[in-house]
Order: sequence, then C-alpha cells, then structure tokens
Amino acid sequence: MSILVFIEGVEGEVKKSSLEAVSYATELAKKKGVATTAVAIGNFSATALSSIGKYGVAKVLHVTNDKLAQVNVMAYATALAEAAKKENAEVVILPKSSAVDAIVSRLAVKLNAGVVTGAVDLPDTSGGFKVKKSIYTGKAFTTVELTSAIKVITVAKNAFPATETGGSAQVEVFAPAIPESDFSIKITKTEKATGEILLPEADIVVSGGRGLKGPENWGMIIELAKELGAATGCSKPVSDMDWRPHHEHVGQTGVKVSPNLYIAIGISGAIQHLAGVNSSKCIVVINKDPEAPFFKAADYGIVGDAFEVVPKLIEAAKKL
Amino acid sequence: MKILVCITNVPDTTSKISFTDNNTKFNTTGVQFIIGPYDEYALSRAIELKEANGGSVTVLNVGEADTEPTIRKALAIGADDAIRINAFPKDAQFVAAQIVAVAKTENYDLILMGRESIDFNGGLVHGLVAEALGIPSVSPVMKLDIEGNLAKMAREIEGGKEYVEATLPLVAGCQEPIAEWKIPNMRGIMSARTKPLKVVEPTATESLINMLAYELPPAKGACKMIDASTPEKLFELLKNEAKVL
Repeated sequence: MSILVFIEGVEGEVKKSSLEAVSYATELAKKKGVATTAVAIGNFSATALSSIGKYGVAKVLHVTNDKLAQVNVMAYATALAEAAKKENAEVVILPKSSAVDAIVSRLAVKLNAGVVTGAVDLPDTSGGFKVKKSIYTGKAFTTVELTSAIKVITVAKNAFPATETGGSAQVEVFAPAIPESDFSIKITKTEKATGEILLPEADIVVSGGRGLKGPENWGMIIELAKELGAATGCSKPVSDMDWRPHHEHVGQTGVKVSPNLYIAIGISGAIQHLAGVNSSKCIVVINKDPEAPFFKAADYGIVGDAFEVVPKLIEAAKKL
Repeated sequence: MKILVCITNVPDTTSKISFTDNNTKFNTTGVQFIIGPYDEYALSRAIELKEANGGSVTVLNVGEADTEPTIRKALAIGADDAIRINAFPKDAQFVAAQIVAVAKTENYDLILMGRESIDFNGGLVHGLVAEALGIPSVSPVMKLDIEGNLAKMAREIEGGKEYVEATLPLVAGCQEPIAEWKIPNMRGIMSARTKPLKVVEPTATESLINMLAYELPPAKGACKMIDASTPEKLFELLKNEAKVL
C-alpha cells in the first residue's frame, strides 16, 4: 500500500500547488503509516525533482516520454494509472488545476476509484475515509465518504500548506506503455501570458471592476499588483466588455480564486462575483459606494474613489 | 450531426444556500432552479451547430420529476427532444453511468455539457463519460467549431488558451464564451410543451462515494473600515493584524 501524488510543473519547476499536494499526501501517509511516491510527467529540472524530497517524499517517478512534454489528458491519465498500479497505491492525490480537472475523472475510471475534487482538509480516517470539499461554488461544504478500494482526491489550492520536513528524493525514470489512441487530442497552439503571476496560483490578487470606467485605467491596477507581487483579476462585466481577457474573470462562471489576500477595486460584489472569491483568506474592498454589497463579505474596507485611493496605495506599497 | 447535451437542474446562482434534516438535505424552500449556467452555454452552442450543419439536439437530465420544468426550458431554447433518467443525481459517477448507458445505444457525434455543475462543482462527468466510452474529452472548452469529422476547440488554461483538435465522437465540458445564451421565443415555448420527453429508469451502478452531511461556512466577522484619506493604514493592518502581507 502507498500514496501516490501527482506533480505538475511549469517551465521545468514544480508548481506551488503541487508542493501543497505533496504535503497533503505525506501527512496522510504518516497517518496511515505508508510511504508516499510522487509522479512527475514531462520536463523538469533534476534539482526540481529531487527537491520534492524536502516535503517528505522518498521516491519520485519521472515519466520522460517526449510526447508528454505538453499535458495530454488521456495519456497523462494512463501514465498515472500505471504508476498507481506499480506502486500499489491506495490513494492518489492531485493538485487541483485546469489540467488535473480534465485528467482526474479519466484516472478514476481506470482505477475504478471513488473521486473527490477540491478537498479542503485532510481525510478523516478515524472511521472510514471521509473528505471535506466545498460545494455550491464556495457557499457550503460537504463531507464525502469514499468507499472504493482506491481513492482519488484533488486538493484545492491554498487549502493545505506546503511544509518542508527535510530529506531528499530518489528520482527513478518510469516509462509506462501508452497506447497510440491516447494521443487523439492534438494540441495545435498555446497562447499563454508570460512573466505574469498566474491568477489561480497567486497568493495575492488585485481585481478591478466597472468602477474603473475603462480599460485605459488598468495601469494603476497592474502597478499596484506589481508592487504587491500579485496577479490581476477582474469582474465579469469587465471581461464581457473585453476590457480584460477572459482568463482574468473571477467569479461563478470564471476563475475561482483562493488567495491569502484579495483586493477588489471598483467591484460592487454581485453574488456571482463573491462565489469566485469566498475562499480567500482576507478580502479588502475599495469602493466609492458605501452601500456596495461587497463590504458585507470583506475583512477590510475603504469607502473612496479608486482614482484617489489606489495611487496612494501604490506609494505605500512601494515602502513595504 | 447527432448531439447530446447533458444538463443539470441547479439552484439559481443568486440562491441563498441552506440545509434541512440535520444538514443532510438541501433546503429547496424559495429556491429557483435553473439549467446549469455552463450547461446552458453547451446547449446554446449545440443549437448553433445544428442550425449550421443540420442534425439533432437531444437534452438529457438525471433527475426526478421536479426537474421537468428545467428540461422543458431546454426544449424551448431549441433542443429537439429530451431524456430524463428518473433518479436523484446522487454523485458524478452515478450520473456519468446513466449518460453512458444512453450514449452506448445512440451513438452521438458530440456529447456536450457544462464544465462543472454549480451545486457540487465536481467537474467530473465529462471525463467519466468519455473514458467509459473510450473517446476523447476536452474541458473547459470556450470555443468549438466542427469541420467535417474534426472538432476544433479552444480550452482555457491557467493564464491563457490552448487550441486543440480531435476527431468525433468526443465529449466536451463547456464554458463561456462558447456561445451566447438564447432567450426562448414564444414559438419555442409553445412547441416545447409537445416535444418528446422520454422518461427512462436508471441503470444500477456500483456506489463509490456517499455524501454524508453539509455545512455552511463560518459567518464572516464585521468589515473593518479604513478612512479613505489614510489608505496606507490598510497595509499596516494587513501586515500586523491579518498577517497576509
């Protein structure tokens, strides 16, 4: 028996959310008295992979197949299922992400496993195997019992801290057989913002709404975000009007974020927007309307004109 | 082209969420149920594809009789016929098994649904269905064009888009802006009443998970207000009090 954890990379490095998943997996492994094995697929630097050991994993399986350099949902599911069989895994842990969301269901079918996505806490193994996840787009939680022999869990971002415990990992090349039919989805082009902090991964998010009056005023949002090391987001009307790209839209039908700090500027706080941010640890709302519903969901608020408040915040942020 | 659109019957996005029966049941009192917003994008695109290429659009819902108004709305929007699997949608794997049972006999070219339901937010059903049928699945799809037997799609990834292609049949989990929602017109609403709605009993499946209980998040404390003339105070509080900087 063992626990398997999937490592997702970005430009050869291990994503923060993957380290959170590793800590989640090793903590669960400790509870169950079993070992944890990590699986990394695609291009990683050698130091990146061995550094996973610092988070308590003794072994890393590295799938180096060139055809898997880019995420291929079907082939990745096969590779992970093969790794789970090889390691006799009882639980497979994955970090929640856009790629994992697409992979995990196929993996669950291959392993005939019960699956829970977006776990917010460690499983309760005191009687059965129970996992808590958020539902109704962050408006509630449910506890789910997994009764299958193999269990598959994706861990919500920023729900479980990545903790270094020391140690180093042995990296082993793993070459599972992947049928040609797994390559029936062809990636023809990728458009990705570079050099930006990615919204779903960010610790701090600065978001702007219609109160900013137009795309030409986004300079100060970007500047404040830069000073804070934050990602930029926006409300649905802003992305609908093409002031900002769709991948910045935070809300019920856009990106759901769970940063440590969410700063909303000129966003009134429609319930659909709140659904995308209510897992944030701390929410700051800046709005000139004191009646804006967002203040009810906020930890800190400033009633004021964004065009006066934000430049002052930028100056203050420079001194941090 | 034969298209299946799977829809969920979910609380309107503005609903206040609460539970009854010792936190084991969703409280439906005063809650308006709608077609899942992501599913409605899928349905809208399906209808556009049918208008452009011919074929048929069937909607499928796994739900008890109370979901029929939602199904009729999908028919009013433009689906040709509907299938209701007569069972409570207890979890993603149960729902997927019901869709698979229908899809195995009907040979759809395209199976569309939302990227996730807005009640349980699992985002699993499209992949579960596709894996069981042995066909490709792509999600979240924000653009979908069909050229002959080839589907050309854009899917959203963190910080951008990825363009992918796959041959039909396939399953896609959809999201905006794949299509504009369609407002049903009077003719649509009238004809929806007489369009075929077939009720099918569920196939038995092995249960892998059980929902045990629900809970609401802890109530939020009061918002601390900072004077607009001294916004720099905010960072002091974020640093020393909230400890998030």
